[in-house]
Amino acid sequence: MTRQEIIVIVSVTIGFIVLAFVPQLPNSSAVLSFMIPIVMYTVLATSWAIFSGPTRYISLATAAFYGMGAYMVAPLLEIIPYWMILPVAAAAGAVLAALVGLATLRLSGVYFVIFTLGLAEMIRQLVTWYQNNFSGTRGNYVFTNIDDAQIYWQLLALALLVYLVGWLINRSKLGFAIRIIGNDELVARHSGINTAWSKIALFMVSGAFAAVVGVMMAPRFVYIEPSMAFNPEVSFLVVIMALLGGVNRLWGPLAGAIPFALVWELIASNFPAQTVLLMGVAFLLVVFYIPQGVSGLLTHWYARAAHKGRVPHG
Amino acid sequence: MQLLITGILLGSVYAIVAMGLSLQYGVARIMNLASGEMLVAGAFAAFWVVMAHGLDPYLSLFFVVPGAFVFNAVVYRYLLLPLVMRAKTRGQLEVDSILVTFGLSFALVGLFLIIFGGQFFNYSYLSLPVELMGSRFGLNRIVAFFVAVLICGGLWYWINNTRQGMAIRAVSVDPRAAGLVAIDVQRVSTFAFALGGAVAATGGVLLSTFLTFDASVGIVFTLKALIIVIMGGVGDMRGAIIAALVLGMTETLVARLIDPGLTLAAAYFLFVLVLLFRPQGLLGKRTS
Repeated sequence: MTRQEIIVIVSVTIGFIVLAFVPQLPNSSAVLSFMIPIVMYTVLATSWAIFSGPTRYISLATAAFYGMGAYMVAPLLEIIPYWMILPVAAAAGAVLAALVGLATLRLSGVYFVIFTLGLAEMIRQLVTWYQNNFSGTRGNYVFTNIDDAQIYWQLLALALLVYLVGWLINRSKLGFAIRIIGNDELVARHSGINTAWSKIALFMVSGAFAAVVGVMMAPRFVYIEPSMAFNPEVSFLVVIMALLGGVNRLWGPLAGAIPFALVWELIASNFPAQTVLLMGVAFLLVVFYIPQGVSGLLTHWYARAAHKGRVPHG
Repeated sequence: MQLLITGILLGSVYAIVAMGLSLQYGVARIMNLASGEMLVAGAFAAFWVVMAHGLDPYLSLFFVVPGAFVFNAVVYRYLLLPLVMRAKTRGQLEVDSILVTFGLSFALVGLFLIIFGGQFFNYSYLSLPVELMGSRFGLNRIVAFFVAVLICGGLWYWINNTRQGMAIRAVSVDPRAAGLVAIDVQRVSTFAFALGGAVAATGGVLLSTFLTFDASVGIVFTLKALIIVIMGGVGDMRGAIIAALVLGMTETLVARLIDPGLTLAAAYFLFVLVLLFRPQGLLGKRTS
């Protein structure tokens, strides 16, 4: 481990410890009500970027995984305790991702995008159909005694886990393989990398995290309906935040999620009727003017500043 | 038999929408995720013509077609062409265009919501029963079918038998080589994209005569059109028309026999079959 890595690890740990004390603040419920979306979107956007960053396969299916996780809480609570739902949801998310991956990731990226585009909507249709015909209710109540502080801590722990997993993947053979695939899939295939399986494995990681986030958020809803759980806005916001932050660094999505979640709160409370339009416009602005994301800009400036500060040789 | 005919009637309209997308994706190389919003715009225009003026919805085509054409030309010229210029590889362009059109689709849905609101819309037009081979069908669907056949046929003839059509086909095969034989690739691409948008909007006018729609339904049609284009094989118009009819029939079948709420699942089912067994398209040849 290099010195730089140790510094990063220590500062990240300190950061998380400090953040863990937020619920102890006076007036914490107001703080938590905007901290929870930030942490939630940070996890979603970071896990999105773990797959879509290096491979450049745009996944529009976050809402499908998230919704699946959120939706399975109510029926499963009748059978197993809450904490056991978390690994079940992770497994379910990974299986769904594997199925999607098996169908599309062996082929070109376009098929993947198209498939993910409507996935949440299709699952919503299936769930609604099932409930209309077989269970008689359209939606479920989630009764738990989990409060906002506990949701926040769970999400925070999950955020730590997503960074750990992302960092480990980056250092692993899989991460190396994925970077080669992202640069040139043909080269990767010719150097003996099983490209389809590498992509599928990574997508499974990403899907598992999104499903777990869904489980953790479910107690906040109290009443969950298919159209709420499988809300396409989630997929959209995750993509925009990840892109705003930049997908080439592990901390990039964080740099997008914080400002965007804050601005989003303002927009949603001040212009409730225009949110969808503003969301679309913001998306266009990001794609056109910050293609590398905030983290890309920062790294670029840092490199330039470092370059200026150096004494020229010769 | 009734299911078969209903499926064909629906499939014919899907064929138009898919042709619009096929022009945009096959020729201009932009996978337009906002294509469904053009369709919804057409549907709203027809609705407005009927409700506000009590006129025939098909009259809206007189301003929908030029309007959508100009709008899409502007979108291509000012939103997408900079990306085409910026992109270093085809893959980069694909990612960028997907993102931009995805953003555009949300922006348009937002506009529709502000202008029209979030409720469902429909109007009654020629809802008279017509006896056909022993079963009854709505006259509005039959009229839409004939208009769709007319438009598809016209496009087909134009692309295969005229000089501009040949230029379009050339760009779709290889943009760089097309440039070498004195085809203005940029102009042809802009034209194809604009025409594709106009065709999609026309599909919206047709659909609105017999389907209920709302501001955010566009994405479903984008998805169906994309599935049809993939199923038919990218750039293969014959394949797309067959695929559209297959999708129309499958959906009708599922809606009648299982549940009308499962049409998208039916489309996905077809999509998975195609991906697993014929990713090159129904009529395409296996390349490698």
